[in-house]
Amino acid sequence: MTNTAPTRTLVIEREMPHAPEKIWRALTQGPLIEEWLMNNDFQPVVGHRFNFRSTPVPGWNGVIDGEVLVIEPNSRLAYSWGTMGMASVVTWTLTPTAGGTHVRMEQTGFPSEESASYKGATYGWTKFIGNM
Amino acid sequence: MQAATETVFKALADPTRRAIFEHLARDGEQTVHALTDRAGVSQPAVSKHLGVLKNAKLVRDRRAGRETHYRAHPKALAPLIDWMSIYGAFWRDRFDRLESLLKRMDP
Repeated sequence: MTNTAPTRTLVIEREMPHAPEKIWRALTQGPLIEEWLMNNDFQPVVGHRFNFRSTPVPGWNGVIDGEVLVIEPNSRLAYSWGTMGMASVVTWTLTPTAGGTHVRMEQTGFPSEESASYKGATYGWTKFIGNM
Repeated sequence: MQAATETVFKALADPTRRAIFEHLARDGEQTVHALTDRAGVSQPAVSKHLGVLKNAKLVRDRRAGRETHYRAHPKALAPLIDWMSIYGAFWRDRFDRLESLLKRMDP
């Protein structure tokens, strides 16, 4: 993995039988975000800086730094997602469909450096995910 | 997933092995005896776990007299540096949680 391109993109898409307005609430209201993602002080205001906080694990302090980049109610949301050794942008796009909403999450900008913190964060993340 | 990645993942999937690896990574080289005292399992079990970690290149060993000393080899974590699969697993789990939350929410 040493020659990974500096920028990579991960896309996850799902069709959900719910209105975009309802999904938007789950994506942008702090207490609701906490229920499915992480503890946070998110506010749906462009320029707002916030943290997602998770239980620290060895090699990872459990903190993700974010800044709100795009707010287009019920349709598009983007925030930066920075944590030890990596910087990325997470973009949510909601598209109404006949049966509900097409939900698309795109995360772009994975790093390639082999820093110690990067490795540590990777291990921390793997463990974090292993605990889910 | 690449073979090396899978070997490392499998080696760290076991909580006892993960604890042994973390212990070595944190506190440095240890003998099998010292590791056994900490691990709460028998010495043959610890040796077996160390064998799996060694096979995944997560630990290295060195014989000194009657004792074998083990140390962590964190570079073996390199195959795990695959953010696509790491974040892929993370977000799929969070999508599941999001969907279950949406079912509980008022329309």
